[in-house]
Amino acid sequence: MTKILLLMLGAILVENFIFSRFMGICPFMGVSEKPDTAIGMGFAVMFVMTLSSAATSLVYDYLLVRYELEFLSTIVFIVIIASLVQFIEMFLKKLVPSLYSALGIYLPLITTNCAVLGAALLNVEEGRGFVESVVFGFAAAVGFTLALVIFAGVRARMKHTNTPKSFQGSLIALIAAGLIAMAFAGFSGISL
Amino acid sequence: MKKILKQFSDAVVKQNPILIQLLGMCSVLAISTTAMNAIGMGAAVTVVLIFSNVLISMLRKLIPNEIRIAAFIVIISGFVTAVQLIIKAFLPSLDKSLGVFIPLIVVNCIILARAEAFASKNRVLPSALDGLFMGIGYTVALLILSIVREFVGYGSFFGVKLFGNKFVGVGMLVSPPGAFILLGILIAAVNFVLVKSKQKKKSKAKEAEMPAETEKEVVTND
Repeated sequence: MTKILLLMLGAILVENFIFSRFMGICPFMGVSEKPDTAIGMGFAVMFVMTLSSAATSLVYDYLLVRYELEFLSTIVFIVIIASLVQFIEMFLKKLVPSLYSALGIYLPLITTNCAVLGAALLNVEEGRGFVESVVFGFAAAVGFTLALVIFAGVRARMKHTNTPKSFQGSLIALIAAGLIAMAFAGFSGISL
Repeated sequence: MKKILKQFSDAVVKQNPILIQLLGMCSVLAISTTAMNAIGMGAAVTVVLIFSNVLISMLRKLIPNEIRIAAFIVIISGFVTAVQLIIKAFLPSLDKSLGVFIPLIVVNCIILARAEAFASKNRVLPSALDGLFMGIGYTVALLILSIVREFVGYGSFFGVKLFGNKFVGVGMLVSPPGAFILLGILIAAVNFVLVKSKQKKKSKAKEAEMPAETEKEVVTND
């Protein structure tokens, strides 16, 4: 139990996907302009990443390793993620329309979010089992959402500041992300 | 020939994937700690870009429009796997330092963006050139950032120590926060230069047209 908790804490704070592993920077810059969209994207990523970690872990352990096809993992994982996203989209549209209208527009963007594929690949690299993989996927997505929501708040404030012309737009945002990353670097002192 | 040169300057300077379009930032931030990493990553991305552009351009009339993104991703991941296996076999040290970011080339926005915006609409040869030039643009930007980071962070240039072993670098710049801040400053510097050169061109054109008018404008602006 403590092992699982430590894994979660590590994925959320110490090795935050955005601020220390640099995964998922594109959606991080793209949808962090408003807190609402940041939360929507965050929940969509949590949903997909938990399911995709489960699916890729099962497929890797029971198909790829069994038939010695580990070298195909990149192709297989991206196909699983793409079809899973498509499936979730259709499933939500039919059965949970309220959730679909909230997350719908973010779902197609998730296929090319490197955090999702990154989590699947890291699970394999570290040799995690099924439960650990799912927990890691979920916790990494929570860390992603945390970063996104914090950053959306900062960006909402930055709109009213007077920034130099060449830094306007996403560049001052990059620098602000660096400053937040510095704060997150403080967590790296925790040894797990 | 002139057309090719224009395509080259567009890809490397005017539409540089990193500095202007801000695509594919994940790998840029993560692996720009040393110049050797940058060259390895740049080469890997360039190879994947060329091959995927060529294949997608060949198949552009066969791929149905509705599933084109999925088809592109499968094609790209095939080439990425090939590159990954080659690097693992012949350059194990590079494989170790780039780690998970080699397979993550699959979801690098630059490659999908070029497939969608260029290769799926153009013939094979221009697509191959586009892949090559965009790859060069990516590598150049990556190289500039990593040379700066390596120089300030470790005091070395392509792995060669410049100041002896006693030199203590600015560790912050090779750690994650430094990556964000330095990339922001680098792109802002490029922006600054581009805007200045545009203004110069504009003001020159204006002066040639009506010299008296521009003076008035300056006064009212103040």
